[in-house]
Amino acid sequence: MNEETTPMSGRKQVNDIVIKFVGDSGDGIQLSGNIFADTLAHIGLDMATFPDFPAEVRAPRNTTFGVSGFQIHFSNKKVLTPGDEYDVLVCFNPASLKVNLKNVKQGGIIIVDSSNFTPRSLETAGYTSNPLEDNSLDNYIVLQIPASEMSISINSDLDKKSAERTKNMYILGVLYNMFGFELKPAINYINNKFKNTSQLINANLKSLEEGYKFSETLKNFPKFYLAKCELIPGKYRDIQGNVATAWGLMAAAEKAGLHLFIGSYPITPATEILVELSKHRELGVKTFQAEDEIAGITSAIGASFAGALAATTTSGPGLSLKVEAMGLAVMTELPIVIVDVQRAGPSTGMPTKSEQADLYMSMFGRNGEAPIPIIAASSSVDCFFAAFEAAKIALEHMTPVILLSDGYIGLGSSVFRIPKMADLPEIRPPFADPNVKYYPYERDDEWYVRKWAIPGTPGLQHRVGGLEKSDIYGEVTTDAKNHEKMVINREEKIKRIAHKWPLQRITGPEDADLLVVSWGGTKGQVEGAIQNLTTKGYRISHTHFRYINPLPLNTHEILKSGKKVIVCELNRGQFANILRMNYQDIEFHQYNKVQGQPFTVRELENAFTELLNS
Amino acid sequence: MKKSINNTIPKSDVPLTPKDFESDQIIRWCPGCGDHMIVNSLKKVFAEIGYKKENYVVVSGIGCSSRLPYYVNSYGFHGIHGRANAIASGVKIANPKLSIWVATGDGDSLAIGGNHFIHVVRRNLDMNIILFNNQIYGLTKGQYSPTSPLGAVTKTSPYGTIEHPFTTGELVLGAQGTFFARSLDILVDLTTNVLFEAASHDGTSVIEIFQNCVIFNDGAYNEITNKENRDDNVLIVEDGQPMIFGKNKDKGLVLNNFNLEVVTIGENGITEKDILVHDAKTPSPFIHLMLAKMHHPWVFGVIRKTPAPTYDDLMEEQISMVKAKSNIKCMDDLLNSGDTWEIKE
Repeated sequence: MNEETTPMSGRKQVNDIVIKFVGDSGDGIQLSGNIFADTLAHIGLDMATFPDFPAEVRAPRNTTFGVSGFQIHFSNKKVLTPGDEYDVLVCFNPASLKVNLKNVKQGGIIIVDSSNFTPRSLETAGYTSNPLEDNSLDNYIVLQIPASEMSISINSDLDKKSAERTKNMYILGVLYNMFGFELKPAINYINNKFKNTSQLINANLKSLEEGYKFSETLKNFPKFYLAKCELIPGKYRDIQGNVATAWGLMAAAEKAGLHLFIGSYPITPATEILVELSKHRELGVKTFQAEDEIAGITSAIGASFAGALAATTTSGPGLSLKVEAMGLAVMTELPIVIVDVQRAGPSTGMPTKSEQADLYMSMFGRNGEAPIPIIAASSSVDCFFAAFEAAKIALEHMTPVILLSDGYIGLGSSVFRIPKMADLPEIRPPFADPNVKYYPYERDDEWYVRKWAIPGTPGLQHRVGGLEKSDIYGEVTTDAKNHEKMVINREEKIKRIAHKWPLQRITGPEDADLLVVSWGGTKGQVEGAIQNLTTKGYRISHTHFRYINPLPLNTHEILKSGKKVIVCELNRGQFANILRMNYQDIEFHQYNKVQGQPFTVRELENAFTELLNS
Repeated sequence: MKKSINNTIPKSDVPLTPKDFESDQIIRWCPGCGDHMIVNSLKKVFAEIGYKKENYVVVSGIGCSSRLPYYVNSYGFHGIHGRANAIASGVKIANPKLSIWVATGDGDSLAIGGNHFIHVVRRNLDMNIILFNNQIYGLTKGQYSPTSPLGAVTKTSPYGTIEHPFTTGELVLGAQGTFFARSLDILVDLTTNVLFEAASHDGTSVIEIFQNCVIFNDGAYNEITNKENRDDNVLIVEDGQPMIFGKNKDKGLVLNNFNLEVVTIGENGITEKDILVHDAKTPSPFIHLMLAKMHHPWVFGVIRKTPAPTYDDLMEEQISMVKAKSNIKCMDDLLNSGDTWEIKE
């Protein structure tokens, strides 16, 4: 919590806080979290949030498997991750305390709705004695707030059930006092949220204000203060990773002057991308909720043939179903973006949990020689830029592109410095000239890209398809030499994209004792661990990969710079093996985790120091 | 003289002939295959419809029939097995000003692509699906298909199939199809007619063409095609006309206890007036279903052609409606909409 004492109204100054709200899915967890995040935004603090929900829509009450959560990490400095351990845990029932206690910092604050610690709910959660009474929480600061009871008694004009529901506001009031926040942004949020029901507005506001007042009466109530923010000046908003992906695709379509077509089938945790895009008919977005994953991608290929920027969005099991069609897009050399928001597999696996284990499938999972460029987004906000870039590469190089996101960054949110469209790079698809004789597989010498002839253009009638075609002319042929040439052409086209990637960068000393390699959604945790170790005096550097296929041109040089190299990823070593395949002279150590959870900064620090000391 | 088609697809300024759609590819179908006749009908009807040449798109899946795009000079997409209807859906939604023609078979659309087939029909996207039904898998050399009759002996059913076949029309109607027609490869004029009718229909048009595979399933349609009793086994329906057939034009259909029954005009006091008049436009699918399922006689022509809103029209309407109401006109507007805040220097 980085405490420093300050004379400021008797509050302790802090720079960095992690709060987690936990309880039953019906406890208003997500709403409390959203109101709190909204206030942080208005104050101008940086933050990252992560919702944590069970796979079941409404699990039985007070059970440990039905616990849902909302985690917020906020700071006046740059926030890299939603945080490992909590400074403050807000529990609405015993089950949520039981599940989350292990991640509360030693000496951290636990706020409980003590009205819900009844013998029955304690029993359902599996407690044999009440943790609020048995001294098991002695290492923490426990604040017992009878939020449910109080909410009912102060809102006696409402029925008991509705009154009780405002308990989350009561506790929110306590938190606002704890951090010295004004209630105004929360009041505005509530007024907006319950627009049509003044009775609910009043009850929620009353609970919020009463909770704030109640906390004043608590003995030794901890109070904090956050200094002014150090973010780069600019206009900001909060954005979820999946929404950022959707907007990145839309931005690319606008930049390229094309319609956006999305062919997708709902799948956790990628659904929000389709949901978001389906809202934007005002910008001409055509979303097609296909009958299955295969129709999702094949309709996108059709739309691409017809001249749209086309994309399909999915998660692992869906990507498996799209494999054959991905080969068709490779063969027809049509631009499409395939977004895979990875989840824990194989098969159905753990749909709401995150993993990075679709890398092999993205690289190799097709019949025949079928290379596809791969870009991996490194944070919720980066989903916007990565999606834009994936679309740009697809359109300018006439190829399918796989964009790898994951459940963790896809569902998480962070603060987004709003870009101006004018500042984003231009996108120039290689449209065929109707005044020049068109050959479907004629390529330019530099990039090996064929031209895009859009149906409806006079004189450019042609046929493409999954059968092998003759070089330049595009006739169906099984000629032996031609096939080999076409395979090599397609391979060369993808290889050359490396010249478009920025060079791979390294942060930290050039002759570090340890070079840490990461890719995709783990960037924040790895950066956090390296920052901490650097402060402790370790000579450790970091290189994070966004461009997975082809690898950036200077990859070998970068990897050779570390005395020891460790690749950390949320799988059993897929990227490490791809690097081994390419750079056999380098010894790669690995740190891997497949628990459906992101890395914690602490475990990475331990892994890195262990390797450094060995 | 045929009536003309009114829709938003741009028309050619010059008259077109089948030659305009002649492809320079060597046709690789077997000699005597019914597919040759179908592609000729298609080129003829493209010229008759008269859209700009560049606005035709032919999409196919996999199978003998799916080679068709190579044999028509238009924009063409030869897809993967079963997915023609999904690919074509994407083409049409992306650009509703294109005239979409899907060439597919009984394996492609009723087995591996069955799901896409029923869903495109349900959505009523404005496109034309020509389903070549030869009751066999030809390209893989003679395995039974979902339309092979129960008991058919094929390479993969040496003791006869033990599967009940699909009736294409029944699937189309079950999926709330708005257009279903049937033709026979050798009836070139009828094929051209129903293809034109399909083009003039705003919605998904399924045209099933019984097609003879000379190599692996020769004679599958003998009952309907042999000269001696063809006329007694074939009823060609026309909207608004009594359903009369037979060598002597003396047989007809009447409705008896909710079933279609064949009667002979002049027998048992039956006159032409008693014969059921075909109504292709009625939204009710029941008589259409009975016609599609009938075997004695087999029914050809446009069995159903009933108006309903199309997916592509609704999509465009929705976009214009939402655009008109929204303050968000570009991505900069969207990026700066909702809750934002500023951090100043």
